[in-house]
Amino acid sequence: MSKVQIKEESDIVKARSVAKEMARDLGFGLVDQTRISTAVSELARNIFAYAGEGEVYIETDWDHRKGIRITFTDQGPGIEDIDLALQDGFSTAGSMGKGLPGAKRLMDRLNIQTKPGEGTRIIIEKWLDK
Amino acid sequence: MLESNSIPILKLKEFLIVSIQTDLHDRMAEQLQYDILNRISETSAKGVLIDISALEMVDSFIGRTLADTAKMAATLDADIVIVGMNPAVAITLVELGLSLEGVYTALNLDEGYELLQKITTADGEDIQNPDSEDSVVEDMNEPGSD
Repeated sequence: MSKVQIKEESDIVKARSVAKEMARDLGFGLVDQTRISTAVSELARNIFAYAGEGEVYIETDWDHRKGIRITFTDQGPGIEDIDLALQDGFSTAGSMGKGLPGAKRLMDRLNIQTKPGEGTRIIIEKWLDK
Repeated sequence: MLESNSIPILKLKEFLIVSIQTDLHDRMAEQLQYDILNRISETSAKGVLIDISALEMVDSFIGRTLADTAKMAATLDADIVIVGMNPAVAITLVELGLSLEGVYTALNLDEGYELLQKITTADGEDIQNPDSEDSVVEDMNEPGSD
């Protein structure tokens, strides 16, 4: 289990390195390691861009599943329309709008809990035992 | 900031060579973009080779910065070829939904250098779309001008 606080830009790099290392140690191949670190980079950047700060929590075993689960939590503005936010090319931050839909494609599961004005929690998972 | 940019940009004849050997954070990527454009302008370089073989991942920000740099360089009359992308990064980029449209790529420095020579000597022929690279290569198969 590992926790990375996102407060500045370099924390995005830290979060993706930690996630990649844990994925490697768990036995994920290079392509999956790359998928995981890329998804973490996108979602950690979202925290930094939209909420300013937040937290990335990485764990490798839960509910009898073998894999990696990463939870992104912030107290930012939240997501108004999740369906819209999951569409390619939609962004309210002037970016490409690839982050959320891209992370979803790269992982086995993506779950969003959000309330406008209160914050966002996004959980992503990649499983070794499919 | 002290850490502004530690990525060296080397000049080799009419080309610039950049090898990214560190995990890029966003500001470093933006700084590198600025530095490359500056060096093109200072040296009148005709092309830039960017080696990304050491990059463990390219996310949407880095991908967009690379693609933007190529477009900006084109307005300074320089072409950019990205070389050495590792297969895991290529797979991830496509799944992420990035195509690096408008960016020339090559497998390694050797091939990137050859490609750069072909594109930059194709004077006057407006070659803007890397997707038509095949026809460019054919056109350039005439005896060299050296």
